[in-house]
Amino acid sequence: MASTIRVRAINSGDITEVQALIQHPMDSGYVKDAQGQTIPPHFIQQLTFEYDGKAVFVADWGPAVSKDPYVKFAFKGAKKGDDLKVSWIDNKGASDATTAKIQ
Amino acid sequence: MADLDFSDLRRLILKGIGLAALTGLGQIGFGLPAAEAAGDKYPEDAFRQKSDTDAIKALYGRGADASDQIKLDAPEIAENGGVVPISVMTTLPGVTSIAFLVSENPNALAASYVIPDGTVPSVANRLKMAKTSNVIAIVEANGRLYSATKEVKVTVGGCGG
Repeated sequence: MASTIRVRAINSGDITEVQALIQHPMDSGYVKDAQGQTIPPHFIQQLTFEYDGKAVFVADWGPAVSKDPYVKFAFKGAKKGDDLKVSWIDNKGASDATTAKIQ
Repeated sequence: MADLDFSDLRRLILKGIGLAALTGLGQIGFGLPAAEAAGDKYPEDAFRQKSDTDAIKALYGRGADASDQIKLDAPEIAENGGVVPISVMTTLPGVTSIAFLVSENPNALAASYVIPDGTVPSVANRLKMAKTSNVIAIVEANGRLYSATKEVKVTVGGCGG
């Protein structure tokens, strides 16, 4: 399965800025479809970024995060060429993960 | 079984069975296996709360004091309530967590972030807003809780109309 995660991690000096865009419906459970049926909640609950075996950023999300969620943050101590692991799990137990190189 | 092993095993099983089969298995709301990553437990109870005060209490166990050291960026007017870009940065030292709440949403807590040592206390994300509402950013720093609030007017609501 192609990854749902697009991540860009750019290092400049001590700071690495990370932007991630994930493909996910993030259904809130409040919206009805064309037939009037409520679309059940389906959203990422936790998104984790790990560097050197430790979490550098953890997002705990509810259904109010927009569809195809985007997040940006920055952390210190990484270098160009290092790996950044990104993984998520949603409320249905589905998950995805990818590893990106810090540029 | 260690939690980490269970997660890996679960992922393996999921890939084997196929997500399509699982989707049919039932509508699971908030109450799914709390994903644990590096010791962080998904704050399910906080996400269930309706009001912002209750959500903050559930998440942190106390209330927050307004701080002018938090810079909350949100548009004055959001034309699409489904995608409102909101970001926060703070000069407060010792930040361990940042959270965003939308007071008028059915459940106020939108997102919560763990900020480990070495991570810059600044987050940008995109949230859904059901209607014109206060957006509250909470920053936990050195064991204390701080907040900044901004009203965002919403022209087309983010709850699917």
